[in-house]
Amino acid sequence: MPRAQPLTLVEKIWNAHAVAELGDATTLLHIDRLFLHERSGGRMLQGVAAAGRKVFDPSLVFGTLDHIIDTDPGRTDKTKFPGGPEFIRTFRDGAAAAGVRVFDIGDPSQGIVHVIAPELGVAQPGLTLVCGDSHTCTVGGLGALAWGIGVTEGEHVLSTQCLAARKPTLLRVRFEGRLGPCVTAKDLILRLIGAHGARGGAGAALEFAGSAVRGLSCAARMTLCNMAVEFGAWTGIVAPDDVTIEFVHGRRFAPKGLDWDAALAWWRTLRSDDEAAFDREIVVDAPAIEPQVTWGTSSEQSVGVGEPVPSPADLADPVARASAEKALRYTEATPARPLLGLPIGAAFIGSCTNSRIEDLRAAAAILEGRKVAAGVTAICVPGSTAVKRQAEAEGLDQIFKEAGFQWREAGCSLCFYAGGDSFGPARRVITSTNRNFENRQGPGVRSHLASPLTVAASAVAGAIADPRRYVGHP
Amino acid sequence: MTPFLRLEGVAAPMPIDNVDTDAIIPSRETQSVVRTGYGEKLFANWRYRPGTREPDPAFVLNQPPFDQARILVAARNFGCGSSREAAVWALQQFGIACVIAESFGAIFRNNCVRNGLLPVSLSLPEVQRLLDELQKAGGARRMDVDLEACRVRAPGGAEFAFRIGALEREMLLKGADEIALTLSRRAQIEAFRDRDRRARPWVYATA
Ligand code: SF4
Repeated sequence: MPRAQPLTLVEKIWNAHAVAELGDATTLLHIDRLFLHERSGGRMLQGVAAAGRKVFDPSLVFGTLDHIIDTDPGRTDKTKFPGGPEFIRTFRDGAAAAGVRVFDIGDPSQGIVHVIAPELGVAQPGLTLVCGDSHTCTVGGLGALAWGIGVTEGEHVLSTQCLAARKPTLLRVRFEGRLGPCVTAKDLILRLIGAHGARGGAGAALEFAGSAVRGLSCAARMTLCNMAVEFGAWTGIVAPDDVTIEFVHGRRFAPKGLDWDAALAWWRTLRSDDEAAFDREIVVDAPAIEPQVTWGTSSEQSVGVGEPVPSPADLADPVARASAEKALRYTEATPARPLLGLPIGAAFIGSCTNSRIEDLRAAAAILEGRKVAAGVTAICVPGSTAVKRQAEAEGLDQIFKEAGFQWREAGCSLCFYAGGDSFGPARRVITSTNRNFENRQGPGVRSHLASPLTVAASAVAGAIADPRRYVGHP
Repeated sequence: MTPFLRLEGVAAPMPIDNVDTDAIIPSRETQSVVRTGYGEKLFANWRYRPGTREPDPAFVLNQPPFDQARILVAARNFGCGSSREAAVWALQQFGIACVIAESFGAIFRNNCVRNGLLPVSLSLPEVQRLLDELQKAGGARRMDVDLEACRVRAPGGAEFAFRIGALEREMLLKGADEIALTLSRRAQIEAFRDRDRRARPWVYATA
């Protein structure tokens, strides 16, 4: 019998969704799940209705409110974001008219779209899932093929339940070896981007593999995949394994009964064959990685917490030098000096990168029995209402509050500045989010990306700190 | 969507890597669900003095003739970041119909093609040469971009060929309605779903 052609994980999922070949290496793919949110979902639904079309299959479409809604306790439809109520209303009305289910404010399933999609079992291994948000690749951590789209593509999916996509190049990144103390998935991905640049993933479908990735929980794999887009990749994915299957089992929208058995049989085949060919492979020595902190305005501008910030003068390429100079003018970090000890005005734990229960547990382990430094605004925003309730059941909320953190309702919150909520007068923020762009978290705010551990340690120190000095009890 | 065939106009240099969509259109500027009114919001954080609508004369698009730019020449990874399609609308509503760069953020690039904005990828040395010509004092500022011929003419007259996917080129040249095209394959979509429902029934069980 002839041996089947060896395939990568991404090719297997791709082929299972191919509705038609359109030529030019482009395939019309069936989309198993579309997730909408109030920032762009209303616009997509409106666009479909305005064109006189119908939503093709509302049973495969889900919605939540996360981007614009407030995260203060007791929130309503009123928002600090100017114009927010209009977005909320347009989204809710559009979804109701189309028969799309929405996890609204007050619903125990509400939360950041990329946190709740796995939590509810809406995202599963082997599914295609898209959403009008660039961090949709997060759920690649479960072995789903997931990517972010714009409004026009969103209208396309709503109208046809399909999307045309060009075959991506295939990149495998293997993290090998054991992680050092206080080194997390966030540090792995920041180091990868730091070493290969924010365009290092160059539109590829990126499969994360290697012994270090096998050893990560599903939550940590989602953190890894979350930032694939910051690496310039089209998406990121981790092959499903026992860890994944245990995670998915029993979730609200996960397969049940006979369906579960059939799904499981298929999921077991979802791994890259031994002989499968990748266009590129990067191998990273995980034990060499230190806790990372960014110094600039791109995720590629990161260093180990104790290492010196690079000097633009050392960069040969003129555009790279100009870009680094522009970043340093903005962040006012000092070249050739470490970030360690740089005073901060605020600390933020939240976002689709690092706001799952494990992230909060890790931060709480550092905060327990300690206080946030005087003058530091510290905010924790659980990624979903379910995460928040779980944390409260474990008493983590008390640890955060006693340390001096605000304890908020689930949502995107200060991951980005929408024009209302702010860190007050704070100008330098250590943050567990994924983007340190200029003004991302507020006008003039400098964002230093780091893991929740590093954020917690820095909040206590009042300055950028090494979490390894804070493990264990004070 | 308006077809894109050929464009001749002023080109502005932006010699910075990783120009992100938050810079192209800041979040706080997207406060309405409508698709219009974005032209004055383009690059708001760089274009205006902080907290005002007073133009910052140091910013390239505030300087004549670049305030009339139809083409933008950037460096690596232009349009990285969020999926906000308003980044494309803001460029277009300002008057820019083509961005030339070494590479683009993947979602931004998709959004460009679906709105009739042409993303042109050239090699870094080619991009660098265009930037040098545009930044040279007293030099020419106009460029010519021809999608039918897949070539750009630099201000100094040199010509560079570029490559773009055949389907994307077609979509731009025709200003096609992609949704209508896909819906014309409805029977094929339904046939796929019938087969798939038997192979992967759990995918459709979302009750
Ligand atoms: S948490 Fe931040 S990065 Fe994630 S979806 Fe929300 S706004 Fe986007």
